Amino acid sequence: MTTMRQRFYELAREALDEDERFAVVTAQIGTDSIGAHPRHFDVGIREQLMIGVTAGLALEGYRPVAHSYTPFLVERPYEMLKLDLGHNDLGAVLVSIGGSYDAAHEGRTHQAPEDVALVAALPGWTIHVPGHVDELEILLRRAFAGGNRVYVRLSEEENHARVEGGGFTVLRRAAPGAPLVVSVGPTLTPVLEATAARDVSVAYLATVRPFPYDELRRAVGEGTDVVLVEPYLAGTSASEIAGALRDRPHRVLALGVPNEEFRHYGTAAEHRAAHGLDAAGISRLLERFIG
Amino acid sequence: MATAATLRYDDVPDLLTRLTGDEKHDRSSFSTLDVLWVLYDRVLGEDDRFVLSKGHGPAAYYAVLAAKGLIPAELLDGLGGFDSPLGHHPDRALVPGVEFSSGSLGHGLAVAAGSALAGRRVWCLLGDAELEEGSNWEAVQYAGRTGLATLTVVVIDNGSSSHGWPEGIERRFMLEGWAGLRVDGRDHEQLEAALAPDPDGARPRVVVAEVERR
Repeated sequence: MTTMRQRFYELAREALDEDERFAVVTAQIGTDSIGAHPRHFDVGIREQLMIGVTAGLALEGYRPVAHSYTPFLVERPYEMLKLDLGHNDLGAVLVSIGGSYDAAHEGRTHQAPEDVALVAALPGWTIHVPGHVDELEILLRRAFAGGNRVYVRLSEEENHARVEGGGFTVLRRAAPGAPLVVSVGPTLTPVLEATAARDVSVAYLATVRPFPYDELRRAVGEGTDVVLVEPYLAGTSASEIAGALRDRPHRVLALGVPNEEFRHYGTAAEHRAAHGLDAAGISRLLERFIG
Repeated sequence: MATAATLRYDDVPDLLTRLTGDEKHDRSSFSTLDVLWVLYDRVLGEDDRFVLSKGHGPAAYYAVLAAKGLIPAELLDGLGGFDSPLGHHPDRALVPGVEFSSGSLGHGLAVAAGSALAGRRVWCLLGDAELEEGSNWEAVQYAGRTGLATLTVVVIDNGSSSHGWPEGIERRFMLEGWAGLRVDGRDHEQLEAALAPDPDGARPRVVVAEVERR
């Protein structure tokens, strides 16, 4: 089975061969997998330079893609994202690996569950959180062809199947007024398992910025309860839901990775369970919230 | 830090075999082994500070800590496990002998400079590829210009830097006011002579410990 990371490398190589505007900038992560090409620039272990060079390429008319582990792509060069790209209104695609606890055995230095919240705090970014490798391909091809600022969060976690349609997709409609569970990216498989026997509506979302205000309002309908399940920092999109429902009473339960140091190594599955993001955990938290 | 002699250098290979699951960092880890051993066996004193900036591949670090009695050897068997304090990058909150949590490259030297500013005698270990991170050079410039004489940096040079260091790593430090020296990173006598405290030193020191090329 092809992972998201492998598919990204395949698509990057393809785009390098086919699109003269396309360039890739790396910092010793994925360098060999993408391979040598005149428009693949590896800058060494220099992540701030990586984003600066990416901005420079964009300034010269290229469609650059920067790639690394999440902490080294978003956190370390954060001001370069804000200024070199954002403030200068330059477009680029940032593709991260190591989402949340994917690299559980590596420890905190290689984890950044706050990545989406950080990028979302900057204006003008489109943020994709694909839940399946085939969704990733559609989103990446679109991003490569565009000119805007796009952050694409890859993960080792994947759903069993691709969700057709893209955008905000209602997968199950319960009775009017029933709670709505919004599943983001790779949380869908455990969400569907956790909600199988419940009278709740379930919607799926792989593009979290811009947030689909109107679609959410329609899906909530007459209901008041929304459960947001995100694979990264809990509550990252809770403010978007509050904004979408600002003129009506509502309750939100935001599930995700807690904002605290979690000093364990181990596996992604162990971390997922510890954060309550596996099916059993989601079911338990739903029970507490909606009974 | 404090060291209490327990096992010998010859015991370390057996300890290393107990650390499994991080084989991708084997070369990185092994490159530091002799420097770590000499530091903990012959150099560091009771009140000294050691900062492992090069947190990748900490197997040799854990093995030396175990050999010197700073962590139980039994912990080595659980490397990377959910409830193990030993992960693929060291965490000072989990391992008593670890003085600084690292794994993201380019952090340790600035922290070591802070320790030196506070009057501590401090040794900081980096890799030649790690020096690519620009944050290191802010610390190199500051420490050199302000004469942080209690700071010793050891750079493991196994030729893994992406674009190399023309004219040598040590020369770049020396241009910023450091004392510089290159030694055989496997020779314990050379390492001890270069790393031993220098009460008369007036400048920060860099010791480039050359080991096998990658």
